[in-house]
Amino acid sequence: MNLESLYREEWRRVLATTVRLTGDFDLSEEAVQDAFVAALEQWPRDGTPANPYAWLVSTARHRVLDQFRKRARFLDKQVEIERLAELEGAEIDLSEASMVDDQLRLIFTCCHPALAVEAQVALTLRTVCGLTTEEIARSFLTPVATMAQRLVRVKRKIRDARLPFAMPPREKLAERLDGVMLVVYLVFTEGYAATSGKVWIRRQLSEEAIRLGRLLCELVPRNAELRALLALMLLHDSRRMARIGPDEEIITLEEQDRGLWDRRQIVEGVPLLEAALREGASGEYALQAAIAALHARAQRAEDTDWAQISRLYVTLLQRQPSPVVHLNLAAAVAMAESPAKGLAIIDELEATGDLAGYHLLPAAKADLLRRENRWTEAADAYRQALALVTNEPERRYLARRLEQVEQDRI
Amino acid sequence: MEYLLLIYANEADYAKMSPAEMGAMYQEFMQYTQSIHQSGHFQAGQQLQPVTTATTVRVQNGKRVVTDGPFAETREQLGGFYWIKAKDLDEALAIAERCPGARVGSVEVRPIVPPPA
Repeated sequence: MNLESLYREEWRRVLATTVRLTGDFDLSEEAVQDAFVAALEQWPRDGTPANPYAWLVSTARHRVLDQFRKRARFLDKQVEIERLAELEGAEIDLSEASMVDDQLRLIFTCCHPALAVEAQVALTLRTVCGLTTEEIARSFLTPVATMAQRLVRVKRKIRDARLPFAMPPREKLAERLDGVMLVVYLVFTEGYAATSGKVWIRRQLSEEAIRLGRLLCELVPRNAELRALLALMLLHDSRRMARIGPDEEIITLEEQDRGLWDRRQIVEGVPLLEAALREGASGEYALQAAIAALHARAQRAEDTDWAQISRLYVTLLQRQPSPVVHLNLAAAVAMAESPAKGLAIIDELEATGDLAGYHLLPAAKADLLRRENRWTEAADAYRQALALVTNEPERRYLARRLEQVEQDRI
Repeated sequence: MEYLLLIYANEADYAKMSPAEMGAMYQEFMQYTQSIHQSGHFQAGQQLQPVTTATTVRVQNGKRVVTDGPFAETREQLGGFYWIKAKDLDEALAIAERCPGARVGSVEVRPIVPPPA
């Protein structure tokens, strides 16, 4: 039995059940960690137990109860003593059904709207995915102390404000699931915007997000929007090998070697999306996934169905009025109709001032001007974008483009 | 578990209401209070006079300093509170959501530190 893979698989389930059985988030986390250490010592010597999950839960539960006992003795509190007696006498349900519910409760607690979104993300990665605080801090380029502090604070709020370890009531379920999906999507995009030098670390995030997506699809069957989200992540992730060159330079969709796209993910993602759409998925993840699927289907960049993509962006913009979606629409219209039409949309957008300071606005404009052979204006726009860009691979991409248009002009 | 629901609103928004609207609002608060009383969540609750009536006291170097007005000028002002009992935060949030003050301004839900046993 490989303990590391066991840890990966059992951590979440063991923690979820231990929290249910003890009602204490913080102590359970420590106790589950200890239980794995104990397993590491004992199993190679005594053999792996028949039901590793049950062994780990019962070991962790005993550790939490020990902590309660110590606390009760130290504080001599009637409340603690009563609580302890109640926990000791409680029936322990380790059935398959309760295990599924425990995991869902854990996810809903971590993604509770009473917690700040960044705390939800950190807590989900720590407790649901079992990442260490150090790993999470590295992924978000945050100092470890800051991340540790964030986790301590959020767990304190769970305890002191008494967030329930429970499924949301039926009437709040859809809304709460939206919150969970947002957390999964944020974890994914953080990994997908692989722009820092440490790409492999970010990769862990997109992998975790996909893993979470799969888990949710399993735990909440027949949810079309969830499956659309998983499809979206698979389809975007399928391009990861083609998006970055050997020197970590950005390679645009148009220039990507489509042979490097991960066929397995596309073959899984496209039917998943089609099924989700048939079952009525119509949210922003479904629309974005539909756009990604159209790209995945095009053998060559020039085969892309830009007209259909433009229509999808129009629908997406109605559902999610955001200037960034608007900018994507401009780029799609430019490809479907003409760069001039795309430029007209960008000019409108620029006039609103909503994207002031956002480097992708002048970058998109520069790209369309370049396609129109308006070299001088394109060069100006690339310079504007360069003045605003903050991350290195994007800066190098824009500098390369600027150099090209300056040469073409001569 | 006990929570305090702190009801904040921009007092100017209330000032803009017609007498009829004010009356309706008052009625709504009465009904709300009654409903959480009946459900057993209510512990206490009061409306406060506007911040123009507030006075702040602090003691500096053993000397009392009294100033006119609230401790901090904010966009929304504390206008009242409910002290409730709820089984957990979700229940407290559901009670806060139904408070008429949540539609006009906002309701801050704060857990009360349990008394030492």
